[in-house]
Amino acid sequence: MVVRAKVAGIDSPEALAHALTSAFYLADDGLATAAYLALALGKPLLLEGAPGVGKTEAAKAISGVLGRRLIRLQCYEGIDAAAALYEWNYPRQMLAIRQAGDKPVDIYRDEFLIERPMLQALRSPDSAVLLLDEIDRSDHEFEALLLEFLSDFTISIPERGTLSGRERPVVILTSNRTRELHEALRRRCVYHFIAYPAPEREAQIIMLRASSVAEATARAVAAAVGRLRREPLAKPPGISEAVDWAEAATVLAKGGASWPDAFRRSIGVAIKDEEDNAHIAPRLDAIITGAAA
Amino acid sequence: MIRAGLPDAAAPFVAFATLLRANGFAVAPEQTTAFLSAITLLGPRSLDHIRRAAHATLAPPPERREAFDALFDAHFLGAVELGRETAEPDPDDMRVQEDRPGGFEPPASDDINEAGQAATAAEALSSRRLSPADESDTLRRFQRALPEHLPQRRGYRRVAARRGPGLDLRRAMKEAIRNDGEVFRLPRLVRRLRRRPILLLIDVSGSMKARTDAHLRFAHALVRAADRIEVFTIGTRLTRVTRALQLKNRERALATASGLVSDWDGGTRIGDALQAFLAVPRFASAARGAVVLILSDGLERGDPKAMTDAVKRLAARAWHLSWMTPLAADPGYRPETAALKSILPHLDALADAGSTERLCHHVLTLAQPRAA
Repeated sequence: MVVRAKVAGIDSPEALAHALTSAFYLADDGLATAAYLALALGKPLLLEGAPGVGKTEAAKAISGVLGRRLIRLQCYEGIDAAAALYEWNYPRQMLAIRQAGDKPVDIYRDEFLIERPMLQALRSPDSAVLLLDEIDRSDHEFEALLLEFLSDFTISIPERGTLSGRERPVVILTSNRTRELHEALRRRCVYHFIAYPAPEREAQIIMLRASSVAEATARAVAAAVGRLRREPLAKPPGISEAVDWAEAATVLAKGGASWPDAFRRSIGVAIKDEEDNAHIAPRLDAIITGAAA
Repeated sequence: MIRAGLPDAAAPFVAFATLLRANGFAVAPEQTTAFLSAITLLGPRSLDHIRRAAHATLAPPPERREAFDALFDAHFLGAVELGRETAEPDPDDMRVQEDRPGGFEPPASDDINEAGQAATAAEALSSRRLSPADESDTLRRFQRALPEHLPQRRGYRRVAARRGPGLDLRRAMKEAIRNDGEVFRLPRLVRRLRRRPILLLIDVSGSMKARTDAHLRFAHALVRAADRIEVFTIGTRLTRVTRALQLKNRERALATASGLVSDWDGGTRIGDALQAFLAVPRFASAARGAVVLILSDGLERGDPKAMTDAVKRLAARAWHLSWMTPLAADPGYRPETAALKSILPHLDALADAGSTERLCHHVLTLAQPRAA
């Protein structure tokens, strides 16, 4: 394990939290510590949490703070080495063989290699952050592939041998916890579970992210989504829904709607499921007036 | 990296990892190493730094964060953890219990947590001894037959085949190299078939008492045979027992599972339990595209509307939803209760759960083409 106390000028969790705030991401102490440790220990960072708590946003903010580009790999069932690691450019290889005629030709040169996100990140560790998004959507076969990559940061290409980077790339994994990840995968990573933020923090996030939302509106929305998340909903509103709700209500209020009414009419941006809507409808007024108080 | 003989200052941190393992947390040596490096990196200037480092590197699952913190306090602060298990549950609050290997309480040593131990003893009384299996033959045959008889769907992973919609360029290239750059035939790819996941919900309320043991043994056979499955018990609360049932030895698995379930033979609030199930996205996603089996007589004491809503939502996610009731063993059985009548349109099958043979037969015939 190579430990570096200072990465891209960041030498403590507090410094990272400060830098993230200037990148418009409010990280709590737990996340800042986990992210700093992941950078310093050269381990991947595994972020888990409900959909919409800002896992992908955190990855974007971290890549922004480090000044590196974000290479994002969205996982899905059936994702394989050809989509995640590398692929040969077969048509070009075929053409090269034809053109070469009787002369020997190396068809495994770099010009025939198509780099996929994981190989890209491995080859440019100091200018990229690799985001493996929603790994819980991938299947066990891909998890095994990932395990090999994350344990020693090498990729073996049978035709070329094993490729390894000059240094370890920064890797961030996110999971919505729709299934349990393999223990070995969790072990390799620095782990942080992102919970829904407390109302005060959520109000701050709304004000930071929305264009022109008054503080009272942000607070009311934060309190209301907090209540909504306690209801048994199929799709509880995430942070971006809260931001949208605050913005939508502000727009409606500017158009002349009264405040509780503006919230009520713009509920569609916060709750996007017909049955959830039916479930919440009888109590919506109480939730909104309770939150605005 | 670790030299022989750790510095004295490191001892309590290594001891903490040992303590965690003794309490059922999986902590790998590399995690302990990361924990030590993390503490060195952070200073540490306060106990909070150590706690956050522990959370990040030792990765306790969020459901067990409380138990983890209690152990942390006990170890580093010498705090006495009292009465975590003794709080009376709110009767209106549907409790969701998760299973994990190892103990659930955080007693760090003998002199703390008396209250917790008292609660454990009380719960032990409520856990039931399950009678030994007599239908083990049926179950063994079922277990062997299941993998081939489970319904399948087309997956997204592609494998080589003689004919199919996709082109396998990689293989074509390999063959072309062997044939001096000539392509004689195009190798193909097809999407591989995958078995559908199973979700089994077992009613453990008083009215199902006579069949609960058999149902749990059936669940164990299912868990052993299927690769993607989740099992929950429903009663006055929702309990996940999948992990407990993964133990190979059936009697041990059943004993572990019955120790987890604390609402044996209680009332039935199927609607609330199903709502609670659907409200945890992680659980609810287990129903997506799955074969959903509910073992219950449907005698609901709660609000039938809650049950109807929940079944409707479950049916929308599931590939196939079977309600299996022991009452259907009687050929003259017709669903009479308001709750059962109202969920009938959402079910794909109302099946007989009167005997283990009937249960096994129903599951094994799910993949056969059904009348629409």
